[in-house]
Amino acid sequence: MDGMHDLGGKQGFGPVRVDDAVFHAPWEKRANALYSLAVKLGVFNMDEYRHAIERMEPRHYLSASYYERSLTSLATLCVEKGLIPLDELERRAGGAFPIALPSAAGRSNVAARERFLPGDVVQVVTDQVAGHVRMPAYVRGRVGVVVGESPAYPFPDAHAHGVDADDEPTYDVRFQATDLWPDADPALVHVGIFQSYLRRAA
Amino acid sequence: MAANPSATQASHRTTAPVERRVDALEAALHERGMEPAAFIAEFEHLAEEEWVPRNGARVVAKAWTDPAFRRRLFANGRDAVGELGIAMPRHHRHLVVLENTDRVHNVICCTLCSCTAFTVIGLPPGWYKDLEYRARVVRQSRTVLKEMGLDLPADVEIRVWDTTADTRYMVLPQQPAHTTGWPEEALVPLVTKDSMIGVARL
Repeated sequence: MDGMHDLGGKQGFGPVRVDDAVFHAPWEKRANALYSLAVKLGVFNMDEYRHAIERMEPRHYLSASYYERSLTSLATLCVEKGLIPLDELERRAGGAFPIALPSAAGRSNVAARERFLPGDVVQVVTDQVAGHVRMPAYVRGRVGVVVGESPAYPFPDAHAHGVDADDEPTYDVRFQATDLWPDADPALVHVGIFQSYLRRAA
Repeated sequence: MAANPSATQASHRTTAPVERRVDALEAALHERGMEPAAFIAEFEHLAEEEWVPRNGARVVAKAWTDPAFRRRLFANGRDAVGELGIAMPRHHRHLVVLENTDRVHNVICCTLCSCTAFTVIGLPPGWYKDLEYRARVVRQSRTVLKEMGLDLPADVEIRVWDTTADTRYMVLPQQPAHTTGWPEEALVPLVTKDSMIGVARL
């Protein structure tokens, strides 16, 4: 989904804040631990977890701290999977417990997928995906060069939605920052891209 | 205490404080036999004692002093850090180590969320997870690095790596010239988390 989480290249943000701390309050560690526990116990997988963060109402996403987003994803998935009713969470919390908005449908792998080698020139597809997708919008339709291949992983567009799919490799693809944004600082930007999101460039 | 419908309705108009929401989830998971308290204690130990930047620092120091290890690290990062007893989560199937040189500077990010090789370089600092870094570093790499205190010479090529798949990255910083010939153990304390993310040089 073209969600609020897809921040790469968005303008208008101020300086990076100097904040080296990993945790700022004890509840943050508990929130992190609880979602890790749920993953460990197989309540949900990491793609479902990431997508439930992405589905947060955009104003909530932007105003919530990092660990509040984790907590919201955990609560959302516990409710959606029937593990804990929302009214129980709200009763226990003594107030409203905002969760993410419902998911759209997922999708399986693209049928025609190619194997690429380092040096191959590739183009990112122009797909619009309503559900989970790990293709940042800033590379949609862009042309780059493969610099590496990683082992096959579960395909996120399917894995976040309980859809059957083959695992597929990901490719580190190198782009010129100035091809992505004409006003960018010159640099090489590398993105880890699933096979289903790539085509050989014409 | 007897239920008070008006009080319940009033409480539902206001979002519960985030700490109360964590309490609610922890209690609900506890009631379902998932033993969250024990896992939270285990997680706190991992976060504070095991997933520390000293792991990555040991990798870097060994790579500086052991050419054969350095080659193995570039060939298969996950196996090479495993030689030092450093484990990676099951879904981190690949570790790509990025070598800084006089002419090349690498920096990692995750524009979509906060992915890192946290068992190797430590859990990501607050700024890495903030909206500012995620939005800006891919488009304004040199500007952001300068704001963070790293003013790179104009002839140094910047390579940004966006962690959009389950491949994980770490930067191999350059060894400071004045430490040539130092034993591996003496080099470990020099290596910082920031240098392995790539927002600092040593």
